[in-house]
Amino acid sequence: MKKKIEKNKKFSKIVFKKGGLAKEVEDLCGENLFGCYQCGTCSAGCPFVDDMDLAPDEVIRYVVLDRSEVLSSKTIWLCSSCFTCAERCPRDINITKIMEALRQIILRKKIDQSNPIKISKKERESIPQLAFVSLFRKNVG
Amino acid sequence: MKLLYYPGCTLKTSAKNLEKTAIEVTKALGHELVEMKDWNCCGVVASLTSDDLMRHLAPLRNLIHVEDEGENKVITLCDMCCNTLKQTNLRVKEKPEDLKTLNAFMDRENDYKGTVSVLHFLEFLRDEIGFATLKKKVKNPLKGIKIMPYYGCMLLRPREVSIDDPEEPTILSDLLRSLGAETVDNPFKIECCGSYNTVEQKEIVSRRAHRITSFALDQGADAIVLSCPLCRFNLDMRGKEAEKLFKGYKQIPVYYYTQLIAVSLGLDHSVYGFDQHVVDPTLLLKKKGILESRRIKI
Repeated sequence: MKKKIEKNKKFSKIVFKKGGLAKEVEDLCGENLFGCYQCGTCSAGCPFVDDMDLAPDEVIRYVVLDRSEVLSSKTIWLCSSCFTCAERCPRDINITKIMEALRQIILRKKIDQSNPIKISKKERESIPQLAFVSLFRKNVG
Repeated sequence: MKLLYYPGCTLKTSAKNLEKTAIEVTKALGHELVEMKDWNCCGVVASLTSDDLMRHLAPLRNLIHVEDEGENKVITLCDMCCNTLKQTNLRVKEKPEDLKTLNAFMDRENDYKGTVSVLHFLEFLRDEIGFATLKKKVKNPLKGIKIMPYYGCMLLRPREVSIDDPEEPTILSDLLRSLGAETVDNPFKIECCGSYNTVEQKEIVSRRAHRITSFALDQGADAIVLSCPLCRFNLDMRGKEAEKLFKGYKQIPVYYYTQLIAVSLGLDHSVYGFDQHVVDPTLLLKKKGILESRRIKI
């Protein structure tokens, strides 16, 4: 497999035993990742796939293959939980929940993805409140 | 009939126009929206992990307060609030053991009995008022306007909390046709607008707004109609910013469905709240002769 993502040093303290990543993800989201047959329907319908470094089906494959560099992927933070993949998956796997589980693995190690202080005053005044609440709920532990 | 409604944070700030028009439209239809007492933020996004029960506390507290007011129905206007409240309601109905834990945690509140049903204002209009009844009350039909209805994600997904078919929704286009407008269909109507990425990934959201709107333009649409305050901001504001990224692209106006109902019912201009939009929504209505130009103040 071609190397697509740069490993983020911040995540070096997150270590798993052999097969531990998939188990942790399955425990957090309650989905059976091994049921995925890599058809790519999730990636075909994903509105953010153009900007992702790993397509959603690749994320699942990385987790199944125990490749923890998936945690450094941009994909899990670009996913805005629109549930399109979960709605269309022929194997009825809720990929949205898998993305949330991967985010939670990082956030629960106290590694935040967003910093409220960095948001400019102009943006604080123009962007609707619900955007901030949802951003901090998704990207801050 | 008095109807209890849950506003949420954004309706009190950057989407005051959505709240105001919904209240006035309901009044014109012979009912009254009464704001529920002592509501709190719903949390906007529902928790998706199996163990993260804490995130269900905020929406559950709102549901408890609906029960405390002796009601078994609450209407929401914001899509994200609606989705979050519905998902929590579903979770505690499906998993009584989770409800037990949550009830035990909230010692100042009464226990939630699970009697509340959460309705989106669109569902109320479709199921309790009826679009046929609404059509009879139209005084100022939206003749000559081609509109692209845009649903986004939160009205339709996950399937369990959807207000319509998750892949082929018709609720907004049915509504718009009953107001006399022409609608155009398009595959982007159910695609995400970019959601909260608007804070940190402005350009990606601008490109999404461009993609959604340019398809509407190709089909000859004059405007977009939607229901979510965040989609409104992303398509309107980030769409306007996309004009700098794509040469020759021009953003079309974005309306809340409640605003167009208010216009077609002939309500007073003071309720529309078009001043909170980025792309001026009044120009199109004036051009088509639906609004009289001299009476508009923005």
